This record gives sequence, C-alpha cells and structure tokens, in this order.
Amino acid sequence: MNTLHRIIALAIKELLAILRDKKSRFVLIGPPIAQLIVFGYAATFDLNHIPVAVYNQDRSTASRELVARLTGSPHFELVAYLDHDAQVAPLINNKKALMVLHLGPQFSENLKRGITARAQLIIDGRNSNTALLAQGYLRSILTDFNLDWSRQHGGSGPPATLHIRPWYNENLLSRWFVVPGIIGLLSLVITTIVTGLSVAREREAGTFDQLLVTPLRPVEILIGKSVPGILIGLVEGSFILLMVVLWFEVPLRGSLGALYLGMFLFLLSAVGIGLMISSLAVTQQQGILGSFLFLVPAVILSGFATPISNMPEFVQQLTYANPLRYFMVILRGVFLEGDSYGLLLNQYWPMAIIAFVTLSAAGWLFRNRMN
Amino acid sequence: MKDAAASRMRLKGMIRKESLQILRDPSSIAIAFILPAVLLLLFGYGVSLDARHIPLGVVVDQPDTNSAGFVSVFEHSEYFDPKRFASIQAAQQAFDLREISGIVWLRSNFSEHLLAHGEAPVGVILNGVDANQARITEGYIQGAWQAWLVNYAHARGAELSIPVALETRIWFNAAVRSRNFLVPGLIAVIMTLIGAMLTSMVVAREWERGTMESLMVTPVRIGELMLGKLAPYFILGMGGMLMSVAMAVWLFDVPLRGSLWVLIAASALFMLVALGMGLLISVVAKNQFVAGQVSIITTFLPAFILSGFIFQISSMPQAIQFITHIVPARYFVAILQTLFLAGDIWPIILANSAALLLMMVIFIGLARRKLHKRLDT
Repeated sequence: MNTLHRIIALAIKELLAILRDKKSRFVLIGPPIAQLIVFGYAATFDLNHIPVAVYNQDRSTASRELVARLTGSPHFELVAYLDHDAQVAPLINNKKALMVLHLGPQFSENLKRGITARAQLIIDGRNSNTALLAQGYLRSILTDFNLDWSRQHGGSGPPATLHIRPWYNENLLSRWFVVPGIIGLLSLVITTIVTGLSVAREREAGTFDQLLVTPLRPVEILIGKSVPGILIGLVEGSFILLMVVLWFEVPLRGSLGALYLGMFLFLLSAVGIGLMISSLAVTQQQGILGSFLFLVPAVILSGFATPISNMPEFVQQLTYANPLRYFMVILRGVFLEGDSYGLLLNQYWPMAIIAFVTLSAAGWLFRNRMN
Repeated sequence: MKDAAASRMRLKGMIRKESLQILRDPSSIAIAFILPAVLLLLFGYGVSLDARHIPLGVVVDQPDTNSAGFVSVFEHSEYFDPKRFASIQAAQQAFDLREISGIVWLRSNFSEHLLAHGEAPVGVILNGVDANQARITEGYIQGAWQAWLVNYAHARGAELSIPVALETRIWFNAAVRSRNFLVPGLIAVIMTLIGAMLTSMVVAREWERGTMESLMVTPVRIGELMLGKLAPYFILGMGGMLMSVAMAVWLFDVPLRGSLWVLIAASALFMLVALGMGLLISVVAKNQFVAGQVSIITTFLPAFILSGFIFQISSMPQAIQFITHIVPARYFVAILQTLFLAGDIWPIILANSAALLLMMVIFIGLARRKLHKRLDT
C-alpha cells in the first residue's frame, strides 16, 4: 500500500465517521441552510418602518408639509399624534416610538419671518447606532425641505452643495455587505465542528492509539483528517455561495477563481486550527470548549458586523491571527468591488502562514500528546 | 413526612455529587468565570460602531483661500484623518487599495462657482461596501459641510439663514456611545453560551459513560435528578453573570439606571432558561459529540444575530421577526438594555420576563419528559 492509498482510505473512514450518524449528518446540513436564509434577512443595519410620533403644536400648512414628507418616507411609520408634553416619555420608554418630532407653536411664524425655525427631535438612544441612522434619515428629509423652501421663497441656495456617490454598493444596502460575509461565518462553523472533535473523540474511545500504531505516518494521519473538513467546507461553501448569488441577488463582480483560492486557504487554516484544538483536548468536553473559545472571538473580531478599524490598536493586532478576517475582505472584495488575484495578495499569504503553522502544530501534537 | 426528608437527602446527595464533579474538573469553573471575563474584555473593547479618524482623501484641483477654508473643516474634525492627494487618479489608486474610505474632490471651478452663483458642486466618493459605516461617514461629512456653511457666512459678515434647524436630544445615551448598548447585549450573548455549554455536555456525558444507568437504579427521582444537575451550575452561572455586570459598570462605565435587584431577578430567570436549553439538548442528543455540535449551532450565532443585540429586530422582515421570538437572548437583551440605560420600565421588563418564564417552563418540562421516556424503555 502506498502513501496515497493509505491517505484515501483514512479520509474515507473519517468522512464515513462524520456522515454515518443520522443526527450528526443532519446537524451539518440542515441548520447551515436554515441559518443562511434567516440570517441573510435578519442581519441588516438598514432601517425601515421606524415608529415615529409627531407632536405638532403649530398646525400650519408649512408644518403639515414637513410632517407629510416624514410620513411619506418608507423609512418611517407614524404611530401617534401627540397633543401634550407628558405623552412623550411613556411612548419612548416603552419603545412604542423610536423618536418624536416636536414642532413648537412658533414654527411657521418664524419660518415666514425668515428666522430659523426649530424642530425638536427626541430619539431613544438605547441602541445608539439605530438612533444615529434614524437621525440621519430625518436630517436628509429636512435638508430637502430647507432647499425647497428657500427656492420657493426667493432665497438663494447654499454656496456649495455635496454630491455624494457611494461606489460598489450604490444604494448602500447593508445586505450586500452582510450576506457575502455569512459564507465565511457558516463555513467556519461547519469546519470547526467537523474537525474540532475528530481527534478528541478518538482519544476518548481509545481508537486514536490504534491509528498511531498502524503503518500510517503522522503526516498521512494529518492529511487524512484534514480532507473531510475541507471537502465538507468546500461543498457547503459553494452551496451557500450559490444561494447568495441566486436567492439574495448579491452581484458577483470579481473573479470566481480568486474567491475559491481564498476559500481553500481559509478552510485549510480553519481545519488546522480545528485539528490543533482537537489534539490538544484530552476529552470531548474540552474539544467543544476549545471550539467555542476559538469560534466566538473569530466571528466577533472578523469585521463581519463591526469594522476592525473601529477597534483599539491592541485588539486590531489580535485580529491578524484570525483567518476569517482575511476571508471577509476577499468575499466582499470579489463580490462587490470586483477584485481579482492581484489586489487580494495581501489576504492570501497570511492565511497560508496560519494554515502552515497550525497544521504542523497539530501533526506534532498527534505524536507528542499520547499520555 | 418521612418521604420529604428522604427526598431532601437524595437531593442533597445529587447536588453534592455534581458539585464534587465540578470541583474535580475545573473546566466548568473556567467556563463560568474566566470565559465571560475574557470575552467581555475582548468584545467590550473590540466591538464598536463609532467611527473615528476615518481616512479620507482630499483632492483640490486649484488650491486657493476658498478651497483651503473648505478643507480646513475636515482637518479640524475628530472624525476624519484627511490625506492630501495631488490628483484624483492618485486618490483613486489609494481608494482601490483600501487605504482611504472616501474622497472629497474640489474641482478647478470650485471658487468660480462659489463666487458667481453659489451651489458650487463638491464631489464626494465613498466606499459603500460597508453600507452602515458609509452612512455614518456620510452623516459626518454632511456635518462638516454644515460647519463650513456657518464659517463661510460668518467670514462674509452675514448670518446663515437656515429655514428649519434640527435640535436633537438623544435620550438614555446622550453621548451616543455604542459601547453602552453593546456591552449589555454582549452579556446576554455570552451568558447564553455559558449556560448552554455548562449543561449541554452534562447529561450526554452520563449516557455515554453509562453512569446514567447507575443513577437509574438508585432511588433518585427524575425531578431530583434534574434539580441536582441544575443547582450547582445555576450558582456557577449566576456568579459569572454578576461578575459581568460588575465589569460593565466599573470597567466599561455603562450606567446602571435600573435597580440591581430587578437585574438579579431577571438574570436568574434567564440563567434557568439557558441551562434548561442546554439540558434539553443533552437529553435529546444523548452523546457528547452531537450535543456539542447542536449547542454550538443553536446558541452562538442565533444569539448574536437574532437577539437585537446588534441588528434592530423591528427592521427585519415580518417572518424573521416571528422567528426571533424563539431566541431566548432576545428577551434578555431587551431587559438588559432597558435596565442599564433607561431604568425600571415595568411594561418592558414584565413582558419580556413573562416570555422567559414561559420558555423556562417549556425547556425544563420537555427535558423532564424526554428523560422520563428514556427511563421507561
């Protein structure tokens, strides 16, 4: 029997061990697909139907015009008209309204006299990101209102105007940003689950010692144990990729080859980390614990939801050891920015290094952690 | 009477056995205390939506006093880190390499337009890939532009006339620190993990090692068995929880405006839900391998994405909003964000606690039934 045969035999045995058990097979196939759909729709920062209440003490045509612009916007949904101050607090406190727009009795008078009229906005700041975004939507409605008012009443426009054009994601849909990231998220979870327990389980059952006394060399064991994780990751990753393009209609603008090179290197490093955790663990419980300990920070510090550039310097340094960080850039670069191999070079090599280091460590641990 | 005393004795025995098991394998203690501390430290500092020092390219085709005035508002803003480029091509190259996340471009006719008839166009290009950050950056750029409008009017001795000015008051979080809402949410996410991890392996391990059969032949009743398994982990989990709250208040300066007792009561309720969920997983899965896989999949990502911790639930499609109701962390996130930032607002606390109570009854009830069936067969 030559090396290749031995590796193939081991890889098949490993694959069977994972796929034979009905429950474990279901765990690998069912939840990722369900989660892709649910998360794809759930993970968005875009706001719509923001519940808003209006407290208009002015009741003139001008103020009604402003309120009409607000309620006509798809971002807002009017939930109540108020007629005194005391109604504001309970509405905001109980989350019935995210914000209250208050126009005082002098609103239209000031407006007509050319004195700046004040519009007061009260926002629930419990989620500060939502508060900032909601304020931004309202501000752009108000800017338009101001421009139109000035033009209609003989004033001059501002001396300079901004022409803002977002590139790559012209309508600023946060779904386009988040959904490609889910490919990385789910393939990381799946490969970690597949590999994180593979050695620990055999150690506990005692079959790993048997494996070590077979003619298989540690390198061959390493490859045989890596293949199923990479295979399952590639298959599920491709399926999710297909869904992202066909179901969520995120444009795939760059080179598919560059994306797959990234996915392969990413899976290699994820498998390396998984096997390292698994061979460090003495019991399955420790294996699960180790997988969690790796997965949770890897996801939160990957730039998936909150940008790495907002993190403090020290935490940013830590993210360089996280393979998901690089894969996120590759996914978004290829999907939205139309990147090819050249621009992604700086993402490829760190993953290759992580893969090399972790796989070597795992191979070394196979032999040297027998007792 | 004798029966009750015997039951108490059996329960004490169970609790003692589980506690000893915990003490002998210190990994559970590590899960309850070290894990939340490390995660909270890492994420409390690491997770932020507040953009500062956004790298911004500035291109001025024809530098003069007017353009210098415009650029200076960006240079004096804490939100931007402006970098000058000689030409738009050079700036675009840096933009493609992701060295800058936006470009402000004043063309050669800027001054001419400004002096002649106003509305001089200023080109702004943003990297829209991260739509949320792009929106926030857009808001900051508009703020800088407005500051410039005021400066410009002042310089020419005129008052700036804006028809309507917006005065915003942000309640509960006047400084708009994202950490104030992210840290309470993180506590909910972390405690979901801890609770499920602590228990999900426990029963599965007993099945795998065959010690469940040994327990079955003892006079211990199912209820006592479950209580014995839950009680030590409950105490561990609550310890970890209180430590997290202390870190949030003293380390991250998140204000705690509600009462501590309400917080403790709600946390105890949530801890029972999380432990009950872990217990149910381990009873159903029956082996550690599957129990571990299921608890990784059903706890972390759903708590992260569907709990309202970071993504606003009310903006999700109706069907997805419906699904979020089965994620226990959702209710706890709402309670924590309100208790920390707003205070004891009873309608929110009671409604969410009721939901948690219902989930606890369902999880523990189901776990009990499943365990019962196993004993019959």
